[in-house]
Amino acid sequence: MTDHDPREVFLAEANELLDRLETTLLDLGDRPGDSALIDTAFRALHTIKGSGAMFGFDRVAAFTHDFETAFDLVRRGEVPISADLVNVSLSAKDYIRTLIEDPDSTAPVIGEAILGELERLVGRASAQPKPQPESEAPHPEAASEGWRIGIAFAPEVLRNGTNPLALIDELRDLGPCTVVPRLADLPDLAALDPESLALGWDVTLRGAATREAIEDVFLFVRDDMVLTLAPLDALEPAPEPVPTPAVVAAPVPVPAPERSAATAAATPAAKPEAERRGPARGGEPRAASTMRVEAERLDELLDRVGELVIAQARLSQLAGLHTDGGLHTIAEEIERLSAQLRDTTMSIRMVPIGALFSRFRRLVHDLSGDLGKPVTFVTDGEETELDKTVIERLADPLVHLIRNAIDHGIEDPAHRAASGKDATGRISLAAEHVGAQVLVTVRDDGAGLDVARIRAKAEERGLVASGAVLTDQQVYQFLFAPGFSTAQQISALSGRGVGMDVVKKTIEALRGSIDITTEPGAGTAIVLRLPLTLAIIEGLLIRVGDGRYVLPLSAVEECVELPEGDRSERGRDFLNIRGDLVPFLRLRSLFEATDAPDPYQKVIVVSVGEARFGLVADQILGNHQTVIKSLSKLHADVTTFSGATILGDGTAALIIDPAQLMTGGHISAAPDGLRDYREVA
Amino acid sequence: MTDFVEAIEQGHALQVVMMRIGTETFALGAGMVREIIDPIPTTRVAGARPHLGHVVNVRGNVVPLADIRERFGMPLAAATPDTRFVVIELDLDGDPTLVALVADKVFEVTAVALETRQPAPKIGTSWRPEYIRSIVKSGDDFVIIPDMQAILN
Repeated sequence: MTDHDPREVFLAEANELLDRLETTLLDLGDRPGDSALIDTAFRALHTIKGSGAMFGFDRVAAFTHDFETAFDLVRRGEVPISADLVNVSLSAKDYIRTLIEDPDSTAPVIGEAILGELERLVGRASAQPKPQPESEAPHPEAASEGWRIGIAFAPEVLRNGTNPLALIDELRDLGPCTVVPRLADLPDLAALDPESLALGWDVTLRGAATREAIEDVFLFVRDDMVLTLAPLDALEPAPEPVPTPAVVAAPVPVPAPERSAATAAATPAAKPEAERRGPARGGEPRAASTMRVEAERLDELLDRVGELVIAQARLSQLAGLHTDGGLHTIAEEIERLSAQLRDTTMSIRMVPIGALFSRFRRLVHDLSGDLGKPVTFVTDGEETELDKTVIERLADPLVHLIRNAIDHGIEDPAHRAASGKDATGRISLAAEHVGAQVLVTVRDDGAGLDVARIRAKAEERGLVASGAVLTDQQVYQFLFAPGFSTAQQISALSGRGVGMDVVKKTIEALRGSIDITTEPGAGTAIVLRLPLTLAIIEGLLIRVGDGRYVLPLSAVEECVELPEGDRSERGRDFLNIRGDLVPFLRLRSLFEATDAPDPYQKVIVVSVGEARFGLVADQILGNHQTVIKSLSKLHADVTTFSGATILGDGTAALIIDPAQLMTGGHISAAPDGLRDYREVA
Repeated sequence: MTDFVEAIEQGHALQVVMMRIGTETFALGAGMVREIIDPIPTTRVAGARPHLGHVVNVRGNVVPLADIRERFGMPLAAATPDTRFVVIELDLDGDPTLVALVADKVFEVTAVALETRQPAPKIGTSWRPEYIRSIVKSGDDFVIIPDMQAILN
């Protein structure tokens, strides 16, 4: 982060904060009474305001200030959380994002409208739009004669460059202060660590300073301290505990002996939150455990590792030709190290899919409101990790699928009630690891797909001759045809038929596939099968004629010897594997091999989606760490291969794309008995 | 050569790599030539167009190997000790793309005067005119400045 534009840092941080704010607001919609959530939202707002002002995002700071002021009433329990309030807060959050990312695209009047709505909802005049964050909001306590301020820093603040004395000096600027240090935690001189702060302070500030002005002094250390604020006149005469609203969220309870009554009310729930947000601040001690790295550098690292793996494969092959024991040892050592390096590099690029999932909560929330279909949104497997490139490219397809599920899948509440279902629909988004693949499932409990209607529409559009014999699975293929839609009415959301073809293209570009399961009346599940990573795969190296090819190991199910009777071409090209009919394809004829075929040919059984078929090769050479190199644009017309790789001897080998062999018409999908589980990729 | 350098700077001449492919001499702009390598093992790409039937590994990149003899109706010939792969960088729809070109012999880097440039004659050749950017005179010979984008696509 050192040589970066500080504004970039702010943008990254604000992004995170806004994401957290959104999640928190949505959570609040579900659990309106949760004060920890309210505090989290408030802190996010406050930090955005503070850093916004510091980095010159004045409109952001001003707007957030007013938003925060209104939200403060919620925090103090004066206004309850309502669904409307959550919705307005979400639009306010979106407005902040626009202000940060593209301030010129939006007019202040939008912000004023949002604030007006907020103000109406919280029903108080305290959210008047103010141009500057510094302008003082009319706080109830502002009129008090002074404040008693308790300051307890976390011991490590000194190491972050915080200067407590400078902060106290800033307090002095607000009015005459009496400062008394808390010495109780001070260790003996021998045990004193000069880099740890063992002192706390009690400050009595006289004058008409506002709470905000005092809080702003500590803005950037608030996460590392306990700040207690109590109006002077309220504390001094009254021995009984002060009402709690004067407490500022206190992430780390410090065992200060003379805690004021107000400190005791510090919210304990805030602590885990404070720990989770660690990396956002450069100066925090937790920053040492994680760091931000530009994605391009990771890509570059992976490229280098890819080259290393190739070079290592060449070394191993060369070492195999020599009898020198020392050479073998080194070659093996390098093989082991490069495999570890590869795994580590890949794991760096793995990101949990949860961050992506949480984006869709908002989508479901908004759609369910717009369409008048109450929907609960359930996610599962958020911790499932995928290559970051895959996750980035998954966002759009999932938006389409979720939109479709709500708009077309889930029925109207009246319909649902009539068919004996819960009026509230249910969309679930789940991710799980299966072998070298990740399955991402979008499931709804709606009406299911209507095969007859899809087919009728396909015939109407001339995609298929009427009366042609089609399996249900083939019918579902039409859903992915460009511009295909069975919606009788085009809504603002979907029905134009744009989307599903994009979904299919994106998933195929990721070397994944799509399965559809549906049950009339019970819902539809769309399963996206994705490879874990795009850069390096485990491959099976095979020989066909004089050429060597790689099959993605994730697609390979088993290898069998081609039965004698099938060795020469004959009419039927399918095998009986444990009672299942498995069609197969002779790669020799596909790749136009001219030399003499191997006497004992092998069949590699691969699966694409739910379909299985065999590929006949001359020889199976073994496993191969396959660093995927894309084919040149000039070879865009060659679809049989998804890429190329470089073998140990330095020659290039092509990677066979089994899905293309199937959809390319070389093999028709196995006519299996899976009536409910159909495959469309 | 010094007057050539001046001519290149003033845009009157073009620095080219001269090579023989089939029966003709071609001149490729030196700027597009990345390197010239000895023949390396190639990998056949089943289903690709005939002039792009192979790929090769050029420094860790899998690069198509273009044999443009087919495009000019020349018979294919086996490699000789003079055969070289000329690796060029082309701009295809905005993306820089590496292509290796089979050359029967690579002669030299030289400059050709552009004032001798003329379009491909309409009569007397069976070549498709869009493949040829221009024909220039070099010494006593005519050499072809090909349009590689058109030839390869």
